[in-house]
Amino acid sequence: MLKYIFKRIISLIPVLIGVAFIVFSLLYFTPGDPARMVLGDMATEEALQAFRETEGLNDPFIVQFGRYLYKATTQADIGRSYVTKRPVTNEIMTVFPATLKLAAFSMFLAVIFGIPFGIISAIKQYSWFDSITMIFAMIGISMPVFWLGVLLILFFSVRLNWLPSSGFGTFSAMILPSISLAAQGVAIVTRMTRSTMLEVIRQDYIRTVRAKGQKESLVIWRHALPNALIPVITIAGIQFGQLLGGAVLTESIFSIPGVGRLMVEAIKMRDFPVVQGGVLYIAVAFSLVNLLVDLIYAWIDPRIKAQYR
Amino acid sequence: MSQMKKRKMGNFGEIMRRLKKNRLAMFGLTIVVLLFITALFADFIAPYSYAKQHLSDAFQAPNSKYILGTDEFGRDIFSRIVYGSRISLQVGFIAVGLAVVVGGFLGAVSGFYGGKIDNLIMRAMDILLSIPQILLAIAIAASLGPGLFNLMIAVGISSIPSYARIVRSAVLSIRNQEFVEAAKAMGSSDFRIIMKHILPNSMAPIIVQATLGVAFAILTAAGLSFIGLGIQPPMPEWGAMLSGGRGYIRDYPYMTLFPGLAIMITILALNFLGDGLRDALDPKLKR
Amino acid sequence: MTEKKDFLLDIQNLTVHYETDSGVVHAVEGLNLQLGHGESLGFVGETGAGKTTTALAIMQLIPNPPGKILNGNIIFDGQNLNTLNEEEKRHIRGGKIAMIFQDPMTSLNPVIPVGEQIAEMIELHQNVTKDEAFKKAVQMLELVGIRPERAKDFPHQFSGGMRQRVVIAIALACDPTLLIADEPTTALDVTIQAQVLELMKELKKEFNTSMIMITHDLGVVAEICDKVAIMYAGSVVEYADTRVLYTNPLHPYTNGLFNSIPDLDEDEEELKVIQGLMPDPTNLPSGCTFHPRCPLAQPECSQKKPEMIEIEPGHFVACPVCCNAFVKKG
Repeated sequence: MLKYIFKRIISLIPVLIGVAFIVFSLLYFTPGDPARMVLGDMATEEALQAFRETEGLNDPFIVQFGRYLYKATTQADIGRSYVTKRPVTNEIMTVFPATLKLAAFSMFLAVIFGIPFGIISAIKQYSWFDSITMIFAMIGISMPVFWLGVLLILFFSVRLNWLPSSGFGTFSAMILPSISLAAQGVAIVTRMTRSTMLEVIRQDYIRTVRAKGQKESLVIWRHALPNALIPVITIAGIQFGQLLGGAVLTESIFSIPGVGRLMVEAIKMRDFPVVQGGVLYIAVAFSLVNLLVDLIYAWIDPRIKAQYR
Repeated sequence: MSQMKKRKMGNFGEIMRRLKKNRLAMFGLTIVVLLFITALFADFIAPYSYAKQHLSDAFQAPNSKYILGTDEFGRDIFSRIVYGSRISLQVGFIAVGLAVVVGGFLGAVSGFYGGKIDNLIMRAMDILLSIPQILLAIAIAASLGPGLFNLMIAVGISSIPSYARIVRSAVLSIRNQEFVEAAKAMGSSDFRIIMKHILPNSMAPIIVQATLGVAFAILTAAGLSFIGLGIQPPMPEWGAMLSGGRGYIRDYPYMTLFPGLAIMITILALNFLGDGLRDALDPKLKR
Repeated sequence: MTEKKDFLLDIQNLTVHYETDSGVVHAVEGLNLQLGHGESLGFVGETGAGKTTTALAIMQLIPNPPGKILNGNIIFDGQNLNTLNEEEKRHIRGGKIAMIFQDPMTSLNPVIPVGEQIAEMIELHQNVTKDEAFKKAVQMLELVGIRPERAKDFPHQFSGGMRQRVVIAIALACDPTLLIADEPTTALDVTIQAQVLELMKELKKEFNTSMIMITHDLGVVAEICDKVAIMYAGSVVEYADTRVLYTNPLHPYTNGLFNSIPDLDEDEEELKVIQGLMPDPTNLPSGCTFHPRCPLAQPECSQKKPEMIEIEPGHFVACPVCCNAFVKKG
């Protein structure tokens, strides 16, 4: 088992290097002169040249990338914001927790609601519960997260004044953004759970358990569920990535001080190091979550576990 | 060879029959067709131009003169939504088209030749996949700069890995079947084998993914426009319209309501259609 | 006919239908079958004849939707299984009647150790603690020839033959009165097949279990069964002691089956086949379902469904034509 963990962690490294490469390339090839962006339009030609020398902007691409990679891995230094001049890493780390909280809470909601609904829909296939759940799931997948957020604000903040529409300090402030972000997640988890359950219920071994005379509730709970949930775990991991992406939009709407809002502001101000830095950090977080999911998966599924005993 | 073609056509009839039975999918198809018509004939359907401002009529709720009301510049919302369908469809199809062609090619090469090439390509896809798709699109769009074209490229590139994977797995499952061996024995070139045998048999999952992919592309494009990337005003992209109306939501909610509704109905229709296609193409996976 | 009370299992006029998109599948039509205590019955027929459906009906495991027991009685040990409530049925499943299914590769839950899967059966029907159940489960494993240390292993760690032994261990764990084995060796290699059959023979003797062995392999029947029932398109067409049937098959279908086995001693140029194809279960022929393919078919055969005739003691045939021929002969 340890061997598997080790292998997986090792295989993560080239992927992260690759992501850094993409991020760096995007930064490199973005039109615009970084020197001018930092020093402003008033800067003299000498000042610009001096800046380029000290920052190593005249070196070939590979050298610059190597330097970027080195600084990133050893000092977590991925450049400075064009606007605030502060290190990108600091800017992001200040706001990252809020984003993680939002994504984690939404993930929680997605699983808490999605799995039971998916199971019940599968067991009661063709019933009205199933049909209604599926329609809601469809709507959940199709509804743009930013529109839902706006609608929720309209009803619950503006019209009814029940919940705040911005900030993230209190619990009540977390409710609306989490719901609008989680809607899609709930829909996807529901559909996925339903479809794996449907498949598992048709398996021969379920018939074997019934032939033993087992109660139907235990057939589902003890035999069908464990098998059905295994693929759902993988999907949950991928969902987390989508949630991180959706958080960018949600934070804008609800004025949540997270990485997403930081990036959106940075886009407006053409502060590219921050934009790409945000992408890098989120990609790293996503990769770690996926690693975790893979490890959980290997731990739960005896077929995989056995390979590495 | 013509026997196989005949069987494919027979299959096609079966598939259409199964699809027609699915009411939701047919509903989706109808909406998509309507959307196409709207986009094509926007000039005739929309009563006003999408950029024309009627400042004295600004902030009007839906009425007889402006069916869905006007925005802060007095532009007719209905007309802007109608013209917006053009943009959405363009982005959706071109982005997905790009992803299918590039991703499909990479996947086919990867699956067909295997070995080091396969490893390399799949590693590259893994790297792309470790960045959530929306973020990847944001990163690319931020880098390329504003504009509809750049938006299409950004969304397209971020979608490549899924098609690469699908085509690769389809190729892998077909590559080892006997009729490919037979074709090789007959002396067909690799290219010919890929084009004539492998690709037609991988169409099914590609079509399903593409339909759902157009939906996702439109959604992503709207999201990007919402945060200010891609579309430049006064282009009536639905996401940008939503963003623009946000500041006035308290008093003029219809400015955000209608574009959002347009997005949702489009995505819903495409999803119904995609799901229906998936069920029709492989009934074993159905109920 | 012998006294009804003597039978362990008495199936009377069983009809089972499945409602599908392409029509109503008449899986079992007016089936009659009896099994005495301690007997083993071979239930023979081609794929699609309705054997598994019959077995599932006895177990009350017909999936609903789309299937339904429309008609008939299944009398087991005096009780009509069709009339029991769900709890009573569960009591019988596994406890009194156990079933072994065809494909050992998919019959076991992949994420639960085999010992636990056997123990589950014991916990359901016997009043013991979890530990005691597991101990008994391990004993069952040894009984079927698997080392007790393997009780905590998972199904994928076993070969097909060994998995089938686990399945047998589960089925016999609670000493059922009746064991239904649905083609238990079809999915296995021939050599493994022999081993598993040997095991079943021993266990049958040791536990004195009555058995219904579903198979399409006449060789297996000869090995292990006292009586044979031949099934075609939803009903039983011939029934007798194994020796009687093998020396004197009467029904044209039975004859067709026996004739299709190539004879090593004879010089044959062509394989003898039964003319025609199995009928479409959504569109069965009228009267005797075999009449379109039958070399002895008479006009009445397409009109009236033949009843089982006891042509000699214990030997039943559902064909008036061949019965007349038989009587005329001797």
